[in-house]
Amino acid sequence: MPQIFHPSMNTISRASIFGAAFILAGVGGFIWLIFRSSYTTQVGVVRPQPVEFSHEHHVSGLGIDCRYCHTSVETSSFAGIPPTATCMTCHSQIWTDSPKLEVVRASYRTGESIPWTRVHDLPDFAYFDHSIHVAKGVGCVSCHGRVDEMPLMWRAKTLHMEWCVDCHRNPEPHIRPRDKVFSMEPLPAPPAPERDAEPGASNVAIDLMQAHQIASETNCSVCHH
Amino acid sequence: MATVHSDQRSATAALAEAPVLAPGHSYGSITDKISSIVLTKGTSRGWLFGLAISFMLVQVFLVSVVYLIARGVGIWGINVPVGWGFAIVIFVWWVGIGHAGTLISAVLLLLNQSWRTSINRFAEAMTLFAVVCAGMYPLLHLGRIWLFYWLMPIPNTMGIWPQFRSPLLWDVFAVSTYMTVSFLFWYTGLIPDLATLRDRAQNRFGKVTYGILSFGWRGSARHWRRFDAAYLLLAGIATPLVVSVHTVVGFDFAMSIIPGWHNTLFPPYFVAGAIYSGFAMVLTLAIPLRAAYGLQDFITDRHLENMAKVMLATSLMVSYGYVMEVFFGFYSANTYEEYLTRNRMVGPYAPAFWSLILCNVLTPQLLWFRAIRLSPVLLWCIAIVANIGMWLERFVIVITSLHRDFLPSSWGMFYPTFWDWSTYIGTIGVFFFLLFLFIRFLPVISIFEMRELLHKSEEEHHHD
Repeated sequence: MPQIFHPSMNTISRASIFGAAFILAGVGGFIWLIFRSSYTTQVGVVRPQPVEFSHEHHVSGLGIDCRYCHTSVETSSFAGIPPTATCMTCHSQIWTDSPKLEVVRASYRTGESIPWTRVHDLPDFAYFDHSIHVAKGVGCVSCHGRVDEMPLMWRAKTLHMEWCVDCHRNPEPHIRPRDKVFSMEPLPAPPAPERDAEPGASNVAIDLMQAHQIASETNCSVCHH
Repeated sequence: MATVHSDQRSATAALAEAPVLAPGHSYGSITDKISSIVLTKGTSRGWLFGLAISFMLVQVFLVSVVYLIARGVGIWGINVPVGWGFAIVIFVWWVGIGHAGTLISAVLLLLNQSWRTSINRFAEAMTLFAVVCAGMYPLLHLGRIWLFYWLMPIPNTMGIWPQFRSPLLWDVFAVSTYMTVSFLFWYTGLIPDLATLRDRAQNRFGKVTYGILSFGWRGSARHWRRFDAAYLLLAGIATPLVVSVHTVVGFDFAMSIIPGWHNTLFPPYFVAGAIYSGFAMVLTLAIPLRAAYGLQDFITDRHLENMAKVMLATSLMVSYGYVMEVFFGFYSANTYEEYLTRNRMVGPYAPAFWSLILCNVLTPQLLWFRAIRLSPVLLWCIAIVANIGMWLERFVIVITSLHRDFLPSSWGMFYPTFWDWSTYIGTIGVFFFLLFLFIRFLPVISIFEMRELLHKSEEEHHHD
C-alpha cells in the first residue's frame, strides 16, 4: 500500500501545532490592540472643528482662566462649551475681519450655534459630574492633559471605565489643593515611600484626602445611577 | 482488563443468554459492517430525506434567530412574571438529553460494563449535538446577545468582572467545560476508528481526510497503553462533570427564592431527570438506527433492555422527587409553598402537571415487564413519551413557579408564540442535521471497542 502522506507532512504537522500557539497569541493581541489603540480610544487624535480654536493660544498665550469660558465647571455636572457671545466679548473688537472667525460671526448674526465637535463624549449611561471632581481637588490636567499646549483639542486619556475606576480606587496621587485645580502645573512627584513610615511626617496627599473628605466611591450608582 | 473470577463467571453466563454481541462475528465482519455505513458510495434515500428535512428545520432556526436578534426577545411569549419561558425550558431539556451520552460512555466505562460498547459512540455524539443545541439558548435568551462575552472573565477596558455568585455564570463554565470535555472524550475514542477508516477508504480524498483526522494512529502497544490511560482519565473527569453540570443547571432555580424553585432536592433530582430523558433519547435514536442500518447484531435486545432498566430506575428517582415536592409543599406549612403545590395540581397549568405525571411516573411503570422491554416498538413509544414528559417537567418547574408567586398583583400567564415554537423546532433540526452528518461520515459504533469485546468473549469461550 502506498504511503498517503509525504514525509514533509511531519514538518507541516509540527508547524501547525506550534503555529496554532502563535496564531492564537496573534488573534488575542490583535483584539487587545483594537480595544486599546487610539483608533478606538481616540487618545491623541485631533478632531476637526468648525472653527480652529486653539486652547494653546488662549490659555498659554493670553493667560485666560479655564472658568472664563467653561463657566459652569464648578457648579454643574456639565462644564459647558461657551456660547458665541463669550467669543464675541473679545472678537467683536479683535480680528474682526479674520476669515478664520467667519463661522463665529455668522453664528452671532444668525443665532445658530457653532457645531463644535465634542472630543470628550461619554456614553449617556455614564453620568459624569464635573463640579464634584473640581470641589474634591481633581485638576483639569489630570483628565484632560496639558490643554494649554493643545493647538486643537484631543483626548489625553482613554475615558475607559477602567481608567475612571483606577482613580476612584486610589485617588491620592491625583488630588491637589483646591487653589491649584485650574493650574496646568503637573502634580509634585508622589512622596517617597519611606515618608509614610516616618512618624509624624505629614503626607500631603493623605492630608488632602482628609481635608476634601474624599471617599473612594466605586459602586455602580455613582456614575450609572 | 479485569480477570473474571469463577463466582462471577456463572453470573456472566446467566447474562450471556442475550449477548451484547450476536455470535458468529469476526474482527473483519465487525469492521466491515460498521465502516460500510461510512464508506459506501452513494447515499441512501432515507438518509438524504432525513438530511433534507433537518436542513429545512435548520433554516427555520436561522430565520428565528435572525428575527430574534433584529426584533428582540419580545417576539417570544415571555412577560414580566414569567421572564424565563421556552428558552430556559428547552435549554434544560437539551442539556438533560446530553447527559445520558456521558453517562453511557464514562460512568459505564468506569463500572466496566461491556454493554456500553456498541452504544457509546452515538450516545456521545448525541451529547455533543444536544449540548450544541442547549448552549445556544443561554445566548439567544439574552436581550443583548452581542454582549455575551461579558459573561467571561476576560481582562477588559471596563475594569469589571462577572459576578461569580450567580448560577447563570456557573452555567457558562459548566456548559462550556462540558462541551469541551465531551468533545475531547468523543474525539479521543474516535482516533483508532478514524485510522481504520483511513486504511479502508477507497479513494484518496477519504484516505487523506481520515488520515489527517486520525493523527497518524498506528495502533502500537505504546499507543494503546497511553490511549487506555487517557480514555480512562477522561471518563474519570467526565463523571463528576456530568453530575455537576446538571447540578449547576438545577442551581439556576434552587438558588432563587421562588416557591417551587427554592428546593434543596433539585440538584440530584435534576441529574436523575437528565439521565432519564437522556436514556429516552438514546433509545429514540438507537431503535430506528439499528433498524435502518441493520445493526441488530451489535445493538442487541440486551442493550435495549438494559437501557430500559436504567430508564425505569431513574424514572423512579424522578417520581420520588415529585412526591417529595408535593410532600414538602404541605409539610413546610408555608402559604406560598402550599399554594404553589395546589396551583400545579388544579391551577391553569394543571393539564401540563398531570400529563407530566402520566408521562414520567405512570408510563415508565410498564418497563417492569420484560416483554415490553424487549419490544422495540413499545420501547420506542415509551421513550418518546419520556422525552415529552421531561419537556413538561421543565415547563412545569419554570412556568408554574413564576406565573404565580408571592404577590397576586404580579400574577400572569405564559403563552408561547410562534417564534417560541419555531426556535425550538429549529434546534431539533440542528440536532438531527448534525446527527445525520455524523451517521454518514463517522462510525456510529466504536469499531475498535467492538473488536475488543469480541476478543474478550472469545477468550471467555476458551476458558470454558
